[in-house]
Amino acid sequence: MIWLGIDTANSPLSVAIVKDDVLLIEESSMMKVNHSLRAMPAVEEACRKASIMPYEIDAIAVSEGPGSYTGVRIGVTIAKTLAWTLDKPLYGVSSLKSLAMNGQFFYGLICPLIDARRSNVYSAVYRATSGDLAAVMEDQHCALEELLEKLKKLAEPVLFVGEDVKLHESVIRENLGDQVLFASFAMNVPRASSAIALAQLAEQAEKVHTFTPQYKRITEAEANLVKKESAHE
Amino acid sequence: MNKDHYILGIETSCDETAASVVKNGTEIVSSIVSSQIQQQKLFGGVVPEIASRLHVEQITLVIEEALREAKLLPSDLEAVAVTEGPGLVGALLIGINAAKAFAFANQLPLIGVHHIAGHVYANQLIHEMEFPLLALIVSGGHTELVVMKSHGCFELIGETRDDAAGEAYDKVARVLGLPYPGGPQVDRLALASEQSVDFPRAWLEADSYDFSFSGLKSSVINYKHNVEQKGGHIVPEHVAAGFQQSVVDVLTVKTVRAAKQYAVKQVIAAGGVAANQGLRNSLTAAFEKEDIPFYVPPISLCTDNAAMIAAAGYEMWKSGVRGDSTMNGRPGMQLRSWNE
Ligand SMILES: [Zn+2]
Repeated sequence: MIWLGIDTANSPLSVAIVKDDVLLIEESSMMKVNHSLRAMPAVEEACRKASIMPYEIDAIAVSEGPGSYTGVRIGVTIAKTLAWTLDKPLYGVSSLKSLAMNGQFFYGLICPLIDARRSNVYSAVYRATSGDLAAVMEDQHCALEELLEKLKKLAEPVLFVGEDVKLHESVIRENLGDQVLFASFAMNVPRASSAIALAQLAEQAEKVHTFTPQYKRITEAEANLVKKESAHE
Repeated sequence: MNKDHYILGIETSCDETAASVVKNGTEIVSSIVSSQIQQQKLFGGVVPEIASRLHVEQITLVIEEALREAKLLPSDLEAVAVTEGPGLVGALLIGINAAKAFAFANQLPLIGVHHIAGHVYANQLIHEMEFPLLALIVSGGHTELVVMKSHGCFELIGETRDDAAGEAYDKVARVLGLPYPGGPQVDRLALASEQSVDFPRAWLEADSYDFSFSGLKSSVINYKHNVEQKGGHIVPEHVAAGFQQSVVDVLTVKTVRAAKQYAVKQVIAAGGVAANQGLRNSLTAAFEKEDIPFYVPPISLCTDNAAMIAAAGYEMWKSGVRGDSTMNGRPGMQLRSWNE
């Protein structure tokens, strides 16, 4: 069974091919790359290096967000087009859960974090179970402050994972003190192989045509419309 | 018997998700267009982020439908042609990445098409192009006069210096309080009106083929202000008619002049505003008088569609043009010749 995994939900790019539970190849890059330029070439290169023809792919896992709107759309568009035209199952995996997998051996709470600007974050809280992660707090877009308050109440050791954690390290320390641990650089890279591992646990594949990113946030235009409508009431 | 060549076209440059299969560059086998007008109407215009979100929802459905209607398999195709630019970057990226993935999965060549070249080649789907040819491209984003000496050879002789014709239409529609998309409504009001308000025409320099519509738009706004300041009300029909006459007049006169100067064998109109009935009537009458063949595609081929991208893609494919998976969306892409 050959799996292709793609994660372009944020500025890092990761592509992986897993064959019969062996990670054949994985390219993960933390460099700021243009996913539109680099994502599909990375998929092609991984297939070429692993000597795999596109039709040999049996299943596709993709990071469905949250994250960069454009980034996540590129990964999802590539994944759903491949899955549809190759007629293979498609699995969407949370970008946060996939990132949290880097802390899967941590005995405590795992908090993956993606910056969403203006002191907001995309985040979730997970706890490792055998081979999987259970959500203590679901994926969401929230104020960093709100997240830290929740974690304080949970009063357990927390491991923060993700490249963007740096941006908020001092605030996190201030609020959580020695309750908190920070993952090292090796653990901050989202890995497409983690997306594949999580996809393998899924009970059901996605409906390919209607599969869309998990933005976890409505657009500004929609928010304004809601505001306008509620003002009229 | 020569083998037939089928090209899959994909277009997502603005608010239409479209896919089409075209045979030998001239025959539409299928053309699917999923429009976002209903959703974008709520916002009074195209919101780029929403356009991108909707493209992701539609893209594989639309491509599947195009192949199903054509009763073809990916292996029957020669190449995949996709709009590379210009357009909304986030919207372009959906079509481009879908095209790349489809091309890779089915081991097909990928061709990046300029949106305006697509509009021009929409004409190839209704009759054979004869060169030299003059094309007037008018849409929400473009107002251009292009001379073609042969396939894939474009010489831009004039363009708008400010607003595109379609943009002016939409802005005036807003001034008149017409709902989005306003262009067609201005056309409808203008055609029904028996009177018109006189608005200026921007001819620019005597020998220029450039256009300018922002002054006209301001005149319409000023006119409304003046009337309302005196406690009166404007008659939208009369304003629409006057505005349309001004736009159509300038477009027609300049296109006729260019057609004569470049001694073209054929004049074509293309783009969303080429669906405008007032403009179609005016150009048809003017070129009938000049005895120069004039063509404009049916309305479904004037507005954005993927058949036109496949038609242009076919000519590029024949000329050996190939893209690869490093293709990026190019929002400000310039129209470049692929044949000199
Ligand atoms: Zn167009």
